[in-house]
Amino acid sequence: MLGIQVLLITAVLVTGALLVRSTAGDRHQAVRRLLLALLVVLAIASILAPAVVTAVARAVGVGRGTDLLLYCLVIAFLGFVVSSYRKSRLLEAQVTALVRRLALDEAVPPVAARSGPPRREDGGDGPGAARRA
Amino acid sequence: MMGTTPGPPRARGAGETPATPTTEALTAMTLPDEAPARADVADLRHPATWVVVPLYQEASVIGQVVSRVQERFANVVCVDDGSRDASAQAAAEAGAVVVRHCLNLGQGAALQTGFDYALRDPGMRSVVTFDADGQHRVEDAAEMVARLEREDLDVVFGSRFLDRRTRVDPLRRVVLRTAVAFTNRTTGVRLTDAHNGLRVLSRRAAQTVSLRHNRMAHASEIVAQVGRSDLRWAEHPVEILYTDYSRSKGQSLLNSVNILVETLLG
Repeated sequence: MLGIQVLLITAVLVTGALLVRSTAGDRHQAVRRLLLALLVVLAIASILAPAVVTAVARAVGVGRGTDLLLYCLVIAFLGFVVSSYRKSRLLEAQVTALVRRLALDEAVPPVAARSGPPRREDGGDGPGAARRA
Repeated sequence: MMGTTPGPPRARGAGETPATPTTEALTAMTLPDEAPARADVADLRHPATWVVVPLYQEASVIGQVVSRVQERFANVVCVDDGSRDASAQAAAEAGAVVVRHCLNLGQGAALQTGFDYALRDPGMRSVVTFDADGQHRVEDAAEMVARLEREDLDVVFGSRFLDRRTRVDPLRRVVLRTAVAFTNRTTGVRLTDAHNGLRVLSRRAAQTVSLRHNRMAHASEIVAQVGRSDLRWAEHPVEILYTDYSRSKGQSLLNSVNILVETLLG
């Protein structure tokens, strides 16, 4: 076995394991993991037998195996971009809810604020102090 | 011409009601003529209205802006969106209530927090959204609140294109017009100005609107949600005061790309 093959297989396995472990799960997740396992097998196969990838590429009308890999990679990357955008939007929504809740809980309630002491008071130690009931 | 909303949605907006103000009525309209007619508006400084000012890094002007707003509106809440300068302090010193986001979330998120805050006041009847950089006129806001009450509307959108007071430079005009065309096409609400920060929402409208776009796409989002609802709306002519300061702080034209992407990718 060539040194480069050992290195690549190790890299693919480690990446695969990391990806499987780091995601939180439900039914949706299981499908993703199966696809990921398939990808790992294919990656190893292509490293062990590059000629097979070229043969597959020829069969589907793409010139070289490398080109086929590149196309697959582009598609996978775009999928990743979309799913990570969705995930970050979800995360953003959660952070927003949290920050908003915190902001509103810390603020002087509107009813207290409107009936509070007269504004522009110079007494007290700081602008907030006057209105903090 | 002035003060009316062109297009079919007029039927839902105020345009069709006989109370539509004429040009003269609008320009002559001042609070002393308007307010005493209502028994519950003893205090001329709109006790049932909250002015929501989304605030981010505007320490040099916010105090002045808050003071000006308070000449006509008693209740001002500045939603400080995680400013690292003295914005929050300056706003509080000028007499505004300050609600602080501990992280910077964006203007849309700040507006929504302001709506949520105002909704905690059971006596609140309307909310004004007002930019922190001083580009809006408080008189316009007061007229818009009066119009909301008088014509029983839910939303009054400010528009700088309904009269000739605001001089918009050609490039900005093209971008704003494109944004309007896009918003009109996607939301079904026909406005003349899509990204104007001056609006008045009734309590019902504030309850209905739920902004999910934290950054800049919230302007189209409000319009879209109003379009999907049965809220009654109208546009009102306002003047935008393009100062060197607001110009330097204002949205760069490139930002419209961001707005477009946020809107499309939802």
